[in-house]
Amino acid sequence: MYPILEKRSLAEGIWLMKVLAPRVARSAQPGQFVIVRVDEHGERIPLTISDFDAAEGSVTIVTQAIGASTRKICALEQGDALADFAGPLGHPSEFVKIPVEELRKRHYLFVAGGVGTAPVYPQVKWLREHGVCADVIIGAKTRDMLIYTDAMRAVAENLYIATDDGSEGFKGLVTQVIEELVEKQGRHYDECVAIGPMIMMKFVALTTKKYSLKTTVSLNALMVDGTGMCGACRVTVGGRTRFTCVDGPEFDAHEVDFDEAMRRQGMYRTQEQRAAAIEAERKAGHECRIGLDK
Amino acid sequence: MANKIPRVPVREQDPAIRATNFEEVCYGYNPEEAALEASRCLRCKNPRCVGACPVGIRIPDFIAAVHEGRLQEAADIISEDSSLPSICGRVCPQESQCEGACILGIKGEPVAVGKLERFVGDWKLEHGAPVQPAAVRSGRKVAVIGSGPAGLACASDLARMGYDVKIFEALHEAGGVLVYGIPEFRLPKERIVAREIAQVERLGVEIETDVIVGRTVTIDSLLDEEGYDAVFIGSGAGLPRFMGIPGENLNGVVSANEFLTRANLMHAYDKEYDTPIYVGQRVVVVGGGNVAMDAVRTARRLGAEATIVYRRSEKELPARVEEVHHAKEEGIRFRMLTNPTEVLGDEKGWVTGLRCVEMELGEPDESGRRSPVVKEGSEFEIDCDVVIMALGTSPNPLLAATTEGLETNRRGCITADEHGATTRKGVFAGGDAVTGAATVILAMGAGRTAARAIDEYIKNR
Repeated sequence: MYPILEKRSLAEGIWLMKVLAPRVARSAQPGQFVIVRVDEHGERIPLTISDFDAAEGSVTIVTQAIGASTRKICALEQGDALADFAGPLGHPSEFVKIPVEELRKRHYLFVAGGVGTAPVYPQVKWLREHGVCADVIIGAKTRDMLIYTDAMRAVAENLYIATDDGSEGFKGLVTQVIEELVEKQGRHYDECVAIGPMIMMKFVALTTKKYSLKTTVSLNALMVDGTGMCGACRVTVGGRTRFTCVDGPEFDAHEVDFDEAMRRQGMYRTQEQRAAAIEAERKAGHECRIGLDK
Repeated sequence: MANKIPRVPVREQDPAIRATNFEEVCYGYNPEEAALEASRCLRCKNPRCVGACPVGIRIPDFIAAVHEGRLQEAADIISEDSSLPSICGRVCPQESQCEGACILGIKGEPVAVGKLERFVGDWKLEHGAPVQPAAVRSGRKVAVIGSGPAGLACASDLARMGYDVKIFEALHEAGGVLVYGIPEFRLPKERIVAREIAQVERLGVEIETDVIVGRTVTIDSLLDEEGYDAVFIGSGAGLPRFMGIPGENLNGVVSANEFLTRANLMHAYDKEYDTPIYVGQRVVVVGGGNVAMDAVRTARRLGAEATIVYRRSEKELPARVEEVHHAKEEGIRFRMLTNPTEVLGDEKGWVTGLRCVEMELGEPDESGRRSPVVKEGSEFEIDCDVVIMALGTSPNPLLAATTEGLETNRRGCITADEHGATTRKGVFAGGDAVTGAATVILAMGAGRTAARAIDEYIKNR
């Protein structure tokens, strides 16, 4: 069992949990994920690592209560324990293997969407600790759904915020902020890292492609074991089938088949769940722009 | 003297009923049936069955003990060579091993060695003398990677020799393929697998789950930081293969590993559990091995019309004869000499069918089996909404990639000599991780061989 040392609300339905998992904490690196099973009856679900502290033996995860399993995880309190917490899994972010002198010559742009902001944090923090500059764009529906803004401000060189309704920062999409920075302000970036909803990553990839800006995305595919055994996380990258769990989770954004990846995420969503999800989105005032409600 | 009676039939669940549940298909022999079947053994001077057993169990001797009702002795004879009799009795391909070599099989039916082994194994779990941890501990530590048949066998032998043994398991439950792969209806999890594992733990073996060696820890950190004197790799062959045909990433195409892991390890067929499984109305399973049979029969039990598609003929099916027979009884359809060329889907990306070609058998290939050749102009389509790929598996490359000096061959299998020693000092390996996907008994045997080599290695250090 893996005790929850701390639980904190970041936004409505989004919870931060610090979990005691010394082995994972000791080996974790930016970009990796864990497989969590809430209890004996729970699913094994992949969650990206949001922070880790080897000395304390803790690993931080951020979960948004959207499905049955994430709701169960979010219902746990400080002092409760997760049945399983296995990892760290997947490859660390590419930059951890690049010599620091080399890295310091580069300028990174991070684009974080919704709950995907959490896993961006350890990457920017790691770069900061190694003296590497990174600008960060955080996108959310509205001000109340923004997370990690203060933590991120402390480690980012420049922080930009975009909300759909303009309640904080720029009113519009993260891709518009990228265009503003690159085209209007003439900023130069050597690499972009985007983590967030699949649809956001797709459009970030389309935007950065215009500038031939190398872009990495972290995919949140469906998984069972997370160690290469099941193949549920298959994704087409550069025309080849790859397993997100062992070949990723980070891939070259300009090579990923996002339409297939989005479709595959819905593999186990039943008709009823799909209808309920669309209804909930509508009630929340969200109009689907990509036809998922059709 | 041998009894000239026909092979004692084994009681089984009615096919129509069992096709709707996950209870074990075969009930096994009761003591009277076992004694009667044991009376058929000729007790050959040069027993061919022993030579055909991958671990050389003294088969006529244990059968004689069963015949005379000395069951503890029968169990002791088997345990000299096998640590998992109730499992091997259920899953060994006896027709190509012990029973295939039985003299009685030339003119009639061979002795039911598998069913007798299972009887003894089950008796031992229920009534056998309790296992005891070794009295003298060596104070030396061995790490075992993987809790499948190879790891369990290696760990229990080392514990008996007095070593402190810890098994590291990547999943949340111990058992490896016995738990995630082989279904409940063929190998009961609580009644058999969990009890076999409990026996290993009673010997003093510790099992730590949720540890992915190569990620959570490494072989080097186990040896250098955690103070292990040697490491045994029994990580199996868990990576699924796909065909590389168009449409394979459509929604509704899954590996047999995914389908079976959801059903077995995650209990997706039980409403109490959260893990979903997608079965659809019509399922096609591609492949002809035991895993294909397990997947197709699981799909059938979950209510689908289920079909096997295999590119060779029935004679070449690599699955155990008993599984093919059981599958047929349960209403599984077999389309032999058929090979998929494309998975078909609708505009939303869900599977609607499988395009196939008919095959005919040509010249024998390197495996000695006649290789299938496409029949010209034979293309046709099978309507289905789920396609399960059961094309075999290969070892996970993670350990080799994260351990310096650990060599693999071109198929990704870890290089090891006949004692299990790898190219890295102090690191041993056995089972599917070395051979590629094979059988439980070979993995178990390799684990035991490596345990002896590890003992010798540590003593001579």
